[in-house]
Amino acid sequence: MSRRDRPVLAVGAVVLALSLTACGSGSGGSQSGGKVKVGLITKTDTNPYFVKVRQGAEQAAKASNVELSTAAGKFDGDNTSQVTALENMVASGVKGVLITPNDSKAIVPAIEKARAKGVMVIALDTPPEPQSAVDALFATDNVKAGELIGAYAKAAMGGKPAKIATLDLAPGVSVGVQRHKGFTEGFGVAADDPSIACSQDTGGDQAKGQTAMENCLQKAPDINLVYAINEPAALGAYTAIKAKGREKDVMIVAIDGGCTGVQAVKDGKIAATSQQYPLKMAADGVKAIANFAKSGDKASGYTDTGVQLITDKPQAGSESKDSGFGRENCWG
Amino acid sequence: MTATTSLTVRAKDPAALRRLLTAPAAGPLAALILASAFFSLSTEQFLSGGNFSLVLQQVMVVGTLAIGQTLIILTAGIDLSCGAVMAFGGILIAKLAVEGPLPPLLAIALGILACGAFGLANGLLVRAVPLPPFIVTLGMLNVAFALTHIYSAEETVTGLPEPLTFLGRTFPLGRTDVTYGSLVTIALFLGFAYALSSTAWGRHVYALGNSSESARLSGIRVNRLTVGVYAIAGLVYGIAALLLVSRTGVGDPQAGQTDNLDSITAVVLGGTSLFGGRGTVLGTLVGVLIVGVFRNGLQLMGVSSVYQTLVTGVLVILAVTVDQLSRKGTR
Repeated sequence: MSRRDRPVLAVGAVVLALSLTACGSGSGGSQSGGKVKVGLITKTDTNPYFVKVRQGAEQAAKASNVELSTAAGKFDGDNTSQVTALENMVASGVKGVLITPNDSKAIVPAIEKARAKGVMVIALDTPPEPQSAVDALFATDNVKAGELIGAYAKAAMGGKPAKIATLDLAPGVSVGVQRHKGFTEGFGVAADDPSIACSQDTGGDQAKGQTAMENCLQKAPDINLVYAINEPAALGAYTAIKAKGREKDVMIVAIDGGCTGVQAVKDGKIAATSQQYPLKMAADGVKAIANFAKSGDKASGYTDTGVQLITDKPQAGSESKDSGFGRENCWG
Repeated sequence: MTATTSLTVRAKDPAALRRLLTAPAAGPLAALILASAFFSLSTEQFLSGGNFSLVLQQVMVVGTLAIGQTLIILTAGIDLSCGAVMAFGGILIAKLAVEGPLPPLLAIALGILACGAFGLANGLLVRAVPLPPFIVTLGMLNVAFALTHIYSAEETVTGLPEPLTFLGRTFPLGRTDVTYGSLVTIALFLGFAYALSSTAWGRHVYALGNSSESARLSGIRVNRLTVGVYAIAGLVYGIAALLLVSRTGVGDPQAGQTDNLDSITAVVLGGTSLFGGRGTVLGTLVGVLIVGVFRNGLQLMGVSSVYQTLVTGVLVILAVTVDQLSRKGTR
């Protein structure tokens, strides 16, 4: 065998090997014949929230006897990968696609192209801008989720003057903006109220949440209330607060209702959280597409998939469930 | 064989030169053909009319970036900043045309020139100080990323005028629809393939990559050549920026964040040596298509994106292994 042939053969052999493994791991593509195809595109593959979305979709796909194919962006904000996945799904002949847009505006042209080819597109969790770019939206009411913990925090403070830190998502991302707005409205303060002593972006990340809280405590040591965009950010904040020995007199409220978050509520690290239901979101979406395939009826408008205040220290005037309920219904 | 003797061999024997340049792409080409054959057998849609055009359209942005990346890697450099520079060019083109407001063609020209300026800055830092390309372009990655986010205020720019989206439009070719942008990408690949294989400039680039010192001793102005390569690569990223905005129809400040690594992946898969001096731009085209075909084919099969990443990773390691083994052979 000449030296020049060797790389060719090596590459060929590995491609064949890979092709075989790909065959084994796939959901049996070509055998599925006439089954209705449904696509799911999440923001990332790794966030436990989207893992739950995927599980919800997989369960519903099995129950509705449709074939599900999934894809995701490489990082939060990755529009290009989502566009590519959407195109490939349309090429594979999907009846409908569920998508959690990484960029509400940038995804719109690709969605319009897919819809022009007769594919029903449902946005999950995050609406595109404008919302009318999709057939339907299945999502948590993020403003309401914020209002619930805002109102809870107001009641739990019991008239004590508040010094607030807000640990937000990222500039211009609608989920974060809506939750923050909901919190301030629920708490009854204006957006620029002096009682908001510190506002930092965390990307919803625990390590960044910790750094942000450390900086906030440096800036305003007397902070006694923390609003966090999600529980990882809240737990990061808890670590920073505990390091200062102030975990008894700083209240943390969060949004999301993941299993780790609910456990933190049970452990008393987080006072309350607003729980959302990604599993239901995805399952309802898959059912809607299966129904469209059967009857030709398209889903439309906005479906609120619900939000529930979870706390073990209920306050008068705030309707809530305990961490036991949260545990049974949590995700992640 | 030392670098100097290999240079003499190349200059005297054009047939040997051609063999040397094309051999590294033979393996990748075989991989591409095998993968395509496999996906054709396992899915109904892969061989369908529009699908190849779709893959081409999906890889045109990273493919164009990878042309610039190939030039730089051939000089034994590397460019980590290409995706970020492209994102800056894209947002600049979009904002100047929409909010400037400048005539769209002027906005496009300024965006491409701005990317060229980033490339020029990279080249000057690599040569004048001198600094390792890895460090210079790592710094420039952050500079371009930050400038993009500052200039855009994190806002996606929508409502682009026609000349900006033209390259994303399609025209019918036989039974399929082809985007104008794919043609631009292919033209760039062919142009640079010609320039590298058949001009003095191309030979100098290879000589520089094989040994900067021998190139200098044989009378090549290595400083000017290196700076020029980085600047040309920058201009190519500017064209990629135009392709990007035309493909997505928006100016997106988040774009391009993993494209630096994707472009390096394509170059490596295409058989170009990361140690410089060996490889072809057409090999890079094959490398880009391998990634695009796997992503498209696995998606058509309903395999999730994690497996697409897995396959790409394995292929890259394999490609570098092949490069190393065949290098050992020639020493």
